[in-house]
Amino acid sequence: MSGQFVAFFILSLLTIGGAVFMISLQKVVHQVVALAFSFLSIAGLYVMLEAEFVAVTQVLVYAGSISILMLFGIMLTRHDAQDDEGRGKFKFLAFVVVAAFFVLVFMGIQTMNIEGTPANFSQQNNVLEIGKLMFSQYVIPFEIMSVLLLVALIGAIILAKREADDK
Amino acid sequence: MTVPLASYLLVALILFCIGLYGALTKRNAVIVMLSMELMLNAVNINLVAFAKFGAFANLTGQIFSLFSITLAAAEVAVGLAILISLYRNRRTVNVDEMDLLKR
Repeated sequence: MSGQFVAFFILSLLTIGGAVFMISLQKVVHQVVALAFSFLSIAGLYVMLEAEFVAVTQVLVYAGSISILMLFGIMLTRHDAQDDEGRGKFKFLAFVVVAAFFVLVFMGIQTMNIEGTPANFSQQNNVLEIGKLMFSQYVIPFEIMSVLLLVALIGAIILAKREADDK
Repeated sequence: MTVPLASYLLVALILFCIGLYGALTKRNAVIVMLSMELMLNAVNINLVAFAKFGAFANLTGQIFSLFSITLAAAEVAVGLAILISLYRNRRTVNVDEMDLLKR
């Protein structure tokens, strides 16, 4: 049992535990905080996969901004206590569908056989290599992504803006 | 001895299933959006895992996951804007009551 397995076990346990708490907790703010824990441990999993830049981006974007944005969304709207009566049948149906999906993909993972050697990213500078690729081979997707962010920014402002007549 | 690819895929699969269940059963729109984020994260784990262990292992998977993280951030911003304007008009965050187009 090497240290890598122990780290993987702890990180995946935290990830799945945060997700399960997100589903099962009752208060909305608690759910968001549980999911923030899950996001942070996913960043740890990225570090184990030698993707340091993606891990830092995950902490910045998911654990930082998306969690805070969700908290803002919760504070700006009102949340009553959940009343889930009369939905047991639908919940059971959804559970069956999800379980069937899980079993199918699990069998696919078990029978999967991938040829090829694992990459060894630890010898190279991860950020440097990503930057080189991003600004040479993937420069057009990068620019399109910046246009998309601009569109999302303007769209979010226009959608959330108070309309002129309901002052 | 490193952790095999199937373990990462299994963690991602469990995360995706939890997110799918939450998106199907929860009534609060904020929680539905959080569940979608969880599913996107599962996809990102798969991308980064295949970038290391795939048949042609290279950095492309990591770059793709960066794009998908950006996409998720844009999606959350627009989704929350829709949620807030809907709350202003209908006074609800319940997905069951968001049925203006069905009536």
